[in-house]
Amino acid sequence: MATHCEEIRIGFYVCHCGHNIAAMVDCEAVARYARKLPGVVVSRDYRYMCSDPGQELIRQDVREHRLNRIVVAACSPLLHEHTFRTATERAGLNPFHCQMVNIREHNSWVATRKQDATRKAKSLAQAAIHRVRFHKALQVQRVSIRPEVLVVGGGIAGIHAALTLANAGKKVFLVEREATIGGHMAKFDKTFPTLDCSACILTPKMSAVRSHPNITLWTLAEVTQVEGFIGNYRVKVRRSPRYVLEDACVGCLECIDACVYRSPKFPDAFNEGLGKRKPIYIPFPQATPKVVLIDPATCLNLKTGKCKQTCLEACGERQAIQFNQQERLEEIEVGTIIVATGFKTFDPRRQPLYGYGTYPNVYTSLEIERLVNASGPTGGEVVARDGRKPRAIGIIHCVGSRDRKTNVWCSRVCCMYSLKLAHLLKEHSEAEVYNFYIDIRAPGKGYEEFYNKLLDDGVHFIRGRVGEVTDWAMTPEEEGRLVIRVEDTLAGCVRRIPVDMVVLATGLEPQPDAQAVRRLFNMSCGGDGWFLERHPKLAPVNTFADGVYLAGCCQGPKDIPDTVAQAGAAAAEVLSLIDKGYVEQEPNTAYVRDEDCSGCKSCIPLCPYNAITFAEDRQKATINETLCKGCGTCVASCPSGSIVQRLFEDDEVFAEIEGMLAYDA
Amino acid sequence: MPKPKVGFYWCASCGGCEEAIVDLAEDLLGVAEAVDIVFWPCAMDFKRAGVEALSDGDLLVTFLNGAIRSAEQEEMAHLLRRKSQLLVAYGACAQLGGIPGLANQFSRDTMMKFYFEDGPSTVNEARIHPRLECVDGGHTVTLPELRHVVRALDQVVPVDYYIPGCPPTPKVTKTAIGALLAGELPPKGTVLAPDTALCDQCPRKASKPTHVSFTAFRRPHLTSLDPELCFLAQGIVCMGPGTRAGCDAVCPDGNMPCSGCFGPTSRVRDQGAKMLSSLAANVDARTDQEIDRILDGLPDPVGTFYRYGLAKSLLRRRADLDLTSASIPGSAAAPPSAPADSPTR
Repeated sequence: MATHCEEIRIGFYVCHCGHNIAAMVDCEAVARYARKLPGVVVSRDYRYMCSDPGQELIRQDVREHRLNRIVVAACSPLLHEHTFRTATERAGLNPFHCQMVNIREHNSWVATRKQDATRKAKSLAQAAIHRVRFHKALQVQRVSIRPEVLVVGGGIAGIHAALTLANAGKKVFLVEREATIGGHMAKFDKTFPTLDCSACILTPKMSAVRSHPNITLWTLAEVTQVEGFIGNYRVKVRRSPRYVLEDACVGCLECIDACVYRSPKFPDAFNEGLGKRKPIYIPFPQATPKVVLIDPATCLNLKTGKCKQTCLEACGERQAIQFNQQERLEEIEVGTIIVATGFKTFDPRRQPLYGYGTYPNVYTSLEIERLVNASGPTGGEVVARDGRKPRAIGIIHCVGSRDRKTNVWCSRVCCMYSLKLAHLLKEHSEAEVYNFYIDIRAPGKGYEEFYNKLLDDGVHFIRGRVGEVTDWAMTPEEEGRLVIRVEDTLAGCVRRIPVDMVVLATGLEPQPDAQAVRRLFNMSCGGDGWFLERHPKLAPVNTFADGVYLAGCCQGPKDIPDTVAQAGAAAAEVLSLIDKGYVEQEPNTAYVRDEDCSGCKSCIPLCPYNAITFAEDRQKATINETLCKGCGTCVASCPSGSIVQRLFEDDEVFAEIEGMLAYDA
Repeated sequence: MPKPKVGFYWCASCGGCEEAIVDLAEDLLGVAEAVDIVFWPCAMDFKRAGVEALSDGDLLVTFLNGAIRSAEQEEMAHLLRRKSQLLVAYGACAQLGGIPGLANQFSRDTMMKFYFEDGPSTVNEARIHPRLECVDGGHTVTLPELRHVVRALDQVVPVDYYIPGCPPTPKVTKTAIGALLAGELPPKGTVLAPDTALCDQCPRKASKPTHVSFTAFRRPHLTSLDPELCFLAQGIVCMGPGTRAGCDAVCPDGNMPCSGCFGPTSRVRDQGAKMLSSLAANVDARTDQEIDRILDGLPDPVGTFYRYGLAKSLLRRRADLDLTSASIPGSAAAPPSAPADSPTR
């Protein structure tokens, strides 16, 4: 409660926010109403309270009217709470003697009648005026930031972020689930619209990661536990066995040749199953680290223990192969985390009308990337699964995108990569290429120009969502081929286009374990499953977990330039934190009133941040306030009312409710 | 020096609180020696007129038990307040409304109808209800009217101290009376019992796991209860974490869960809401169906979480009670009488 002898003198300010608030709320009426409330000494409305003159108004009034509490009715505290707290502090008061009332997002933007919105603004104002009387003077705490950074995911986003940080002299742990970094980009043949060779621009960065003294690279590794708080995270990483010592293997690949399997037998994931590999293999020639690995599910020795182990012989004195390698658990301490866990492509089996999995000559776009690649399963030759060289190829856009039955979002990259694949397929096969599209989305530097080039090159564009891919021939021309049935919405008729190969431009989806990852890092997901940024415009790489940042497609579909830009932005956010060295912590944390706690332990399992522990010696609960995010869960559930949250104490909250209910139009 | 005058009175209660005074056993003699009991109608023949004859503030302290539900009880509360320097709400009903307060879930008419007509053990073929007034043999006989809402004592008159419990234990009673007579008075409004929750005194405290999670709620009379394990760990609702200590955990000692009679700690406004919040947060369910199944184990949530505290809770009573209903049948002219502090919702 306020110092007992102190007379409460409240200054109330209602902001017009241009027309944002004033068009729906009668701001003058709100100010007139507040003027009559107990404790209010000054009550004003002003055009832009967040402007310098608006803030100056507060300072002046505090001086002239000896105000000791400030209430500002304006926008969301998310935007300007800091502004007005700072203005309050500059006026010589404790910053937490200021309370904001959200009459924009919560009121003027959602109301439809001025009369109602004005009443609501008055009632919200009265609630805050009642509450601010009980505000205590609070101090901001500082938490120091460790300089080490964890980057999760070794695609182009993680690679770029890690390199940016490492080049700035920061120690980076890069954790990748697969056996190599590179992610999806490593599988692409060329990149749009410049047609750079994807590997040529990516692999130098991969090597740089491997050789950088500031980067610790762990592949075949997954983060299993994250504890702590901004600046001080303790992270556990599980490193699965590779059965090959990274330090000892020189990448000579002689063991692969020596494997008892004479020829590759198992589907090769890097080539999307189009090629084969042996149980001991390297994902692709430029894999980083360039170290072979053994797949325990297919290796004879690991499966049955009965094998001549010819690979060991081939490795010889290097002794890099270790069949008894075990899973390892690493524990690291980092200050900040960049999550760059990427995406998965839509599984077109979910849309059976396109025939993927039914007709062998229906491909996904990623399969085509490998098919046209010089180091791909066919050495870059466009040969269909049945061995034929296609005369005509159809590319179907928006498979698993812009579709209420699957994913409603636009995956942003499919139009452009379809154009690229059309170009490459034409180049590699001289087939006729048809694009079946809804809209061509080419908003990027040089993208529209690339589209125009393809139009000039004679690639066919048919506007319409494909209804079906079928092998049911109606004419001799269609016999033995695939027929794409589509309503050509420009020609205004239904067409049947016979082709020899169908490419499905599959969309982008959140990783299947996105929810688990979200929980691991205490982030949020949007309704669509992509990780949620703190603010779509003004904090696009921040998350709701302090010290955890997003880069790349795990936040939503984006192309390589945007991914790299975002990774750079995430790295910059991290750098600015590290260089500042500390963060200020909101004092709205909870604490246990030790003498009142009965030790019932009800609160302990409820804390989403693991901030509460039970002190066995004293038989009481205690809260680590640096871990506390002020969510209030424990406060609400403490059955004996022995947990208090600053800024949300019972007298403050009840005063607020009473103020709200006391409003009487 | 004359001995201080003391009064005991009961309103809507079961009589257990009167027993609790007698339960002081030989200590009662000490009390009787130290004070002059001038009003205790349950134990001896005292008349209201005797109290009315006292000058205001003549009684040092009156211990009043029971909730306030009738016009007569309301009058007596006002009278005793005037005559007493200190008014003590004795027991859960006076403090919180108690068991009678559960009637606030029903309208007065519903309750009267159930009691005089529909109750499983009621035999009343003529459907006779009590009347506020009737003339018999030339004499007019009256009954006090029941109010629509049962109230705790401090919802009717200001109360100085509270002694909690259903009933208060001899130890709590003795300590409180001793403090009052010795003039060692805490701030007005204090509940004269410790201000931590019962877990603090519970012999089963150590057996409570850190992560209690409820996959089912069981009812004590249908369950074989472990005599040592924390009740919550057995899936039994125990109000201990949300209930003021002071009883020395007599119920858990007798292998029954705490039902919450000592009321909340001073920091909690609504004991039932707090316990619900705490237990519901620890329900281990992934789907709506699972939640429903687990909560089906609590067939009477009001009776479980608000057994003693409904009248004093934030809820107070059922929101849609008809407070304007025609009152007791037979009293044609009875005016609808809203309680003095008419609830806002």
